[in-house]
Amino acid sequence: MNAAGFPILSLITFLPLAGALVIAFVRGEEQVVASNARWTALWTSLITFGLSLILWFRFDRSSPEMQFVERLEWLPDYGVAYGMGVDGLSVLFVLLCTLLTPLCILASWDSVEVRVREYMAAFLVLEAAMVGFFCATDLLLFFLFFEMVLIPMFLIIGIWGGERRVYAAFKFFLYTLAGSLLMLLAIIFLWYRVGTTDIAALVEAGVEPRFQIWLFLAFFAAFAVKVPMWPVHTWLPDAHVEAPTAGSVILAGVLLKLGGYGFVRLSLPLFPQASAELAPLIFALSVIAIVYTSYVALAQEDMKKLIAYSSVAHMGIVTLGIFTFNHQGLSGAVFQMLAHGIVSSALFLCVGVLYNRIHSRDIARYGGVAKVMPAFAVVFMLFSMANVALPGTANFVGEFLVIVSAMRVSFWLAFGAALGMILSAAYMLWLYWRVAFGRVTRDSIRALLDMSPREYATFAPLVLLVLWMGIYPQSFLSFFEASVASLVEQHEAAVGGGARRLAEILAR
Amino acid sequence: MMNWTLALPELVLACAGLGILGIGVLPRRQDMFFPVTMAVLGALVLAGVLTIGQGEGAAFAGQYVSDAFARFGKVLILIGAALSLMLALDFNETDRDLARFEYPVLILFAALGMMLMVSANDLMTLYLGLEMQSLAAYVLAAFNRDSERSAEAGLKYFVLGALASGLLLYGLSLLYGFAGTTNFDRLADTLTGEHAASLGLVVGLVFVLAGLAFKISAVPFHMWTPDVYEGAPTPVTAFFASAPKLAAVVLLARVLLQPLGELGAQWGQVVWLIAAGSMILGAFAAIGQRNIKRLMAYSSIGNIGYALIGLVAAASPDPAVRDEGVRSLLFYMAIYLLMTLGAFAVLAAMRRRGRPVEAIEDLAGLARSDVGMAIWMLVFMFAMAGVPPLAGFWSKLFVFRAAIEGGYVWLAVIGVVTSVVAAYYYLRIVRVMFFDPLNEAGALDVRPASLTVVMAATGLFTALFSIAPAPLLAAARTAVAAVMGG
Repeated sequence: MNAAGFPILSLITFLPLAGALVIAFVRGEEQVVASNARWTALWTSLITFGLSLILWFRFDRSSPEMQFVERLEWLPDYGVAYGMGVDGLSVLFVLLCTLLTPLCILASWDSVEVRVREYMAAFLVLEAAMVGFFCATDLLLFFLFFEMVLIPMFLIIGIWGGERRVYAAFKFFLYTLAGSLLMLLAIIFLWYRVGTTDIAALVEAGVEPRFQIWLFLAFFAAFAVKVPMWPVHTWLPDAHVEAPTAGSVILAGVLLKLGGYGFVRLSLPLFPQASAELAPLIFALSVIAIVYTSYVALAQEDMKKLIAYSSVAHMGIVTLGIFTFNHQGLSGAVFQMLAHGIVSSALFLCVGVLYNRIHSRDIARYGGVAKVMPAFAVVFMLFSMANVALPGTANFVGEFLVIVSAMRVSFWLAFGAALGMILSAAYMLWLYWRVAFGRVTRDSIRALLDMSPREYATFAPLVLLVLWMGIYPQSFLSFFEASVASLVEQHEAAVGGGARRLAEILAR
Repeated sequence: MMNWTLALPELVLACAGLGILGIGVLPRRQDMFFPVTMAVLGALVLAGVLTIGQGEGAAFAGQYVSDAFARFGKVLILIGAALSLMLALDFNETDRDLARFEYPVLILFAALGMMLMVSANDLMTLYLGLEMQSLAAYVLAAFNRDSERSAEAGLKYFVLGALASGLLLYGLSLLYGFAGTTNFDRLADTLTGEHAASLGLVVGLVFVLAGLAFKISAVPFHMWTPDVYEGAPTPVTAFFASAPKLAAVVLLARVLLQPLGELGAQWGQVVWLIAAGSMILGAFAAIGQRNIKRLMAYSSIGNIGYALIGLVAAASPDPAVRDEGVRSLLFYMAIYLLMTLGAFAVLAAMRRRGRPVEAIEDLAGLARSDVGMAIWMLVFMFAMAGVPPLAGFWSKLFVFRAAIEGGYVWLAVIGVVTSVVAAYYYLRIVRVMFFDPLNEAGALDVRPASLTVVMAATGLFTALFSIAPAPLLAAARTAVAAVMGG
């Protein structure tokens, strides 16, 4: 039944929690505690990553079914079970979480100096919540992990963040909580009507069309805040700017994907009619997000803010792809989420490298970095190009697939998405030019040291992945091809030719 | 037929109380606090053990009933009384003025009164139990007799409490007058059919509701709560916020469902308004508070609002929804009791240079000076905000579920919106502890071991509840089946 022979998903989920517990009990002098906490966190996350690689090798790519399934009774009277499993849609996200966490811990090695023990514990709790989220096959468990993410992230932004960290942390928490509690009501409604919270059983049971719109909107409230979609994206730039580097990495790399994954995993299969009806709304919001936030990004003076707005634009491409309901669109959206998870994480890490040295995110404070930090400049260049979706990098595959699928729906939709790509070239190249090129005029820049071995180690896997995904995307696409196909099939069966119907709606 | 052995837990507790009181008046009273407290704790534990083994049935000519519903309430009442008594264990060292042997005895008698409340099967028993608990509570509120605030709290509580008792008594007499009996079972029989909604009964019902709403500090009868919570010594406040609330809620549920079950259409609307009002007031009024005990007072008002959502659903004519509603109410109160005691354990540990402090700012930088306590408080605050995987999430989940089952979607939406507002002030405490620099006045005193025990016990329950929520739900199910089955 379980291809690994042991409850691997639970192990990956709860091992970080065990690590956090160990860290909590570390005692001694402050320096010793800090160092022990760092090493414990690093080893825990590395072992977790090692375990999660089993998923990569043992996952059966030809099957759209849930794999490595685990099931324990939780509230048998209420039809709630502790259900874990991964299918093609979720398995790579699990790997993304387990990969990014050790990198984050490495990135915070020296830059976090105060309350290291709490920091490392918070990160491990965060990892547990994220992995659990992608593995949950039960709606209540899914919600539990979805919300659990808030606690460590609130602390990470609030304790180790920048100047306006308190404001950013509160905004992040309350925005997300408001959205997700509305989803909770919808979850309870489904749970009560069907008598179970097993996602597959809920999809099987279906939802009457007259409830679908309301329920869809309640789920939409939670996921749209998380993605984030325009106009509820305003928490993101604040949170990104104030969060410590590793916090931004996880925020951009994984937390934004919770929303996109939620759309694919729940909104689409549970509410196919409502999804089709409301697709034009989502398209409109997505295109606004892509174009508007790209322009906003162009005007930023703060590097982190620029990348944050670029994230909103890129996630707009994801939501656009999801709601085209065709194979390219969904594959592209999932691929784009993974690619963005790597690329935006790497970009925030790049900003972190600079910030650690100069303690400023102000673009104007830089210039000529390429002359003193050549190796860093190459890495930064690679990820900037990837963010522009240059062919050969990961983002190109995702964005290309989405634009192709958007073209099948409407020319103007594809035009909007493509405009986003062009604008992204503008703001990224301009950013790169201002930071890396030009004459070195400041002493602070002249004194910069190039990347340290630890930083090389942090970037190496990301560089490798972004090129691998760009040059041979099939080794990643093959994971979710079967799942996407079955999703599209399901959807078409439910609405009777989704794309056609959508075209009719748009033509009206 | 002498079936008084059915009431063994209460009898044991009463005898223990009288005995301890007798020993307490002996000379050497200054040193009696600790041994008396331990003796009372022992009596409470013994009563708890006896309660678990208690038989089923009615006693004392139908005045007293022992069923799973009452036992569910009693076990939690005894836990609440014992834990709040533990919060006072260190009075010996910290507050010598408060370390008088009457303190534990008063808690014991209050617990006895509450046990009678939840076992009441007659309007008279109901009133006697309630008054026994209230009288002890009035004295406890004013227990710090040299403090003006404490005396004021006691007086306020007494005057308003007496008024509420008057209202309640008036309502009870109306019920008696129109139904001709005080026994719950016979009341229920009388109230079926066309007699059900006579005007006099409805007026009586409203008075009873008003009297009991005062005891659970629900809007609009909440005004005393912040003042009393602030003025009373912190362990007393902890006691007020936990066991008596639970006892009054359980009593309210029994009265409304057993004898007055037929009037669901009438009281359902009233409870709807009370619930919505409590949630809204609890959320918004707490925002501006600077005193953490006042903040917890508003938080407790809000929590009662959420719990009452379950009672609103219990007014539904559909038996399945009704049972689900009562279950969620009991479940909510059980979790609330332990969460709130944990939070008050932290409040009781807030002392600086031997003196209790109670401004929110006094917690500033707690994570730097005492990270263990800060983490427990964090657990309680996030739990009260209803964030999973902590226990508070489950209690909210089930009351919302009951509301949606009963079709009270708007009440659930109000609950969700006020949850977000309330999350703001719970987060504010986390922020003060974790984000702010250490308070200028310096770190808090080292906390006594007894408080650590309470924090750890309730904190572990709150944090790890998600592992096994089923047993508590099953207990609530059995309890409800006892009342609703017949």
